[in-house]
Amino acid sequence: MTDATLPDAPAAPNHVRRSGNWVFATGVALLVAWVLVPIWLLMANALSAPEEVTAFPRSVIPSFDTASLEFFFGFRGVLDALWNSIQVACVTMVLAIGLGAPAGYALTRFEFPGKEAFRFLVIMTRAFPLPLLALPLAVMFIRTGLDDTILGLALVHATLALPFAVLITFSLFSGIPVELEEAAWTLGCTRLQAFAKVVMPLAAPGIAASAVFAFVISWNEVFAAAVLTIENRTLTAFLLQSLDVSPLHLKFAGGAALVIPALLFIFAVRKYLFAMWGIANR
Amino acid sequence: MAEIRIKGVAKAFGAFTALHDVDLTIADREFMVLLGASGCGKTTLLRIIAGLETATKGEVWIGDRRVDQLPPRERGIAMVFQNYAVFPHLTVFENIAFGLRMKKLPQADVTRRVTRTAELMHIEQLLKRYSGQLSGGQRQRVAVARALAMEPEVILMDEPLSNLDALLRLEMRAELKGVLAGSNTTTIYVTHDQVEAMSLADRISVMNGGKIVQAANPVEVYRNPAARFVGSFIGNPPMNFLAATPAGSGQWQVGGQVFAGPEAPAAEFAIRPEDLHPSDAGLPAEVRVVEPLGPHTLVTATVAGQPFRVVLDSTLAPRPGDVLHLAPMTDRIRWFNPETQKALQ
Repeated sequence: MTDATLPDAPAAPNHVRRSGNWVFATGVALLVAWVLVPIWLLMANALSAPEEVTAFPRSVIPSFDTASLEFFFGFRGVLDALWNSIQVACVTMVLAIGLGAPAGYALTRFEFPGKEAFRFLVIMTRAFPLPLLALPLAVMFIRTGLDDTILGLALVHATLALPFAVLITFSLFSGIPVELEEAAWTLGCTRLQAFAKVVMPLAAPGIAASAVFAFVISWNEVFAAAVLTIENRTLTAFLLQSLDVSPLHLKFAGGAALVIPALLFIFAVRKYLFAMWGIANR
Repeated sequence: MAEIRIKGVAKAFGAFTALHDVDLTIADREFMVLLGASGCGKTTLLRIIAGLETATKGEVWIGDRRVDQLPPRERGIAMVFQNYAVFPHLTVFENIAFGLRMKKLPQADVTRRVTRTAELMHIEQLLKRYSGQLSGGQRQRVAVARALAMEPEVILMDEPLSNLDALLRLEMRAELKGVLAGSNTTTIYVTHDQVEAMSLADRISVMNGGKIVQAANPVEVYRNPAARFVGSFIGNPPMNFLAATPAGSGQWQVGGQVFAGPEAPAAEFAIRPEDLHPSDAGLPAEVRVVEPLGPHTLVTATVAGQPFRVVLDSTLAPRPGDVLHLAPMTDRIRWFNPETQKALQ
């Protein structure tokens, strides 16, 4: 037998391939469990009657009792906090997209000095731990009167959301061929008209997705919210403060109320989040 | 009237000079092809005329207006892009109507002009579709229709056929020629495909290294290349070049034969592969490869150690190793200055 007749790579013996498959399957199962088990526990307990949550042994299937959730939403301050959360998240969304989308567009279409440095700085904003910044920020906010306001907290959240807004919209605009804009210019459009008539309609779904992502970042953020607000707490900050001393079933109900909207939103925009990392999802 | 005049246009990208002081005049309603290898500056020149790129210096005139400071929309041009650039979020109808709506034409006029250009390009049955539902050839037709509907003074085309498969390219080529001949526009067409250039152009501008080497009608460019580059770039197989040594005044020795040539200190002999015929005397060519192509046979040989190709009648069947004697048609012999690479005489 000569070398020429050998295949490029020898086929793995069956038992090796089988154990490879086994490792793969286990890995997938572990990762899935890692994500799904906590969510399932949260859901199951939130939908159980209060006395079932602490009962032992307990049934695997929840009883679909909404008493905990009802009590939770009837709790004083919860609805106010929820409304605050929504307001802060909306302002964050507007700020992040209003500033992030133009930056993403500029990064895609223009060559300017310091472009690489700018891209690096955008990522770098995530390198400073929030606890480090929170105290000086609180002092500064008290001096300027921004403390305990919707806008003040939204500014901090917008800072957190901006890098993602820039990155997502950058990849979004990069996916729109520049020739489409050029064609629009030759057909009688100004730069602005070409953007409005050609780029916007194509980018709108992705920009909406990026906005939702900014919303979720604000919705989930707890540290800055807890430090910078006192009266006007967001839901996360409120829960952190009150649920510590609440019974277990209420903690589950609060957790579910926080996690479910975020999960739904992220699921809705997953395609664009994958696009940010360059993973095609069809 | 849309005569295009390009005066001393240069373009530098940082240290790289894409265009060196290009001067070119394109007559009203002329079909001008910019031909050259990739990177020769032909697309840059087109984009400068379109206003998508700004020249480092020089002037561009369309008709009696200087346009180099104007944005694309004010230049009276329409452009067809290599990748078609059909708007994916609009129907074919709205794509063709796009420029007309920007001009704020009444709906009746828009419909009339869209319908007419669609019929001209044979896409009237596709008007309700989106570009995602079209084939490459159909998108190409939409892009051309969109440009024609503008009724522009100038149509600029950037390698419009290069993304189509060979058969479709042939079909679209003939169709484009017919459609554009019927319109009143001046056309500038960029391509690297010499066959496309020869078949479409009123005049070809051969470009190399950011300069226009020759601007002339296709037959002139083919028969009388102004520079060695033109002869070696145009023609398949390209022109043959052989070293020549002086053999008296106006006489040159090439491959052991003496030919009448120019009075010059040095010269290079050139002949097209189809301009020779086998005879008893002539350039001795040692056959290397024989490729029968049907209507004729392509023979690759060496003459005095230099590569040489000749197109022979397919009834002749030389074999590798044979020595052929090839007599050039004397009126087809061209001479080049080996220093400047320019044509002599």
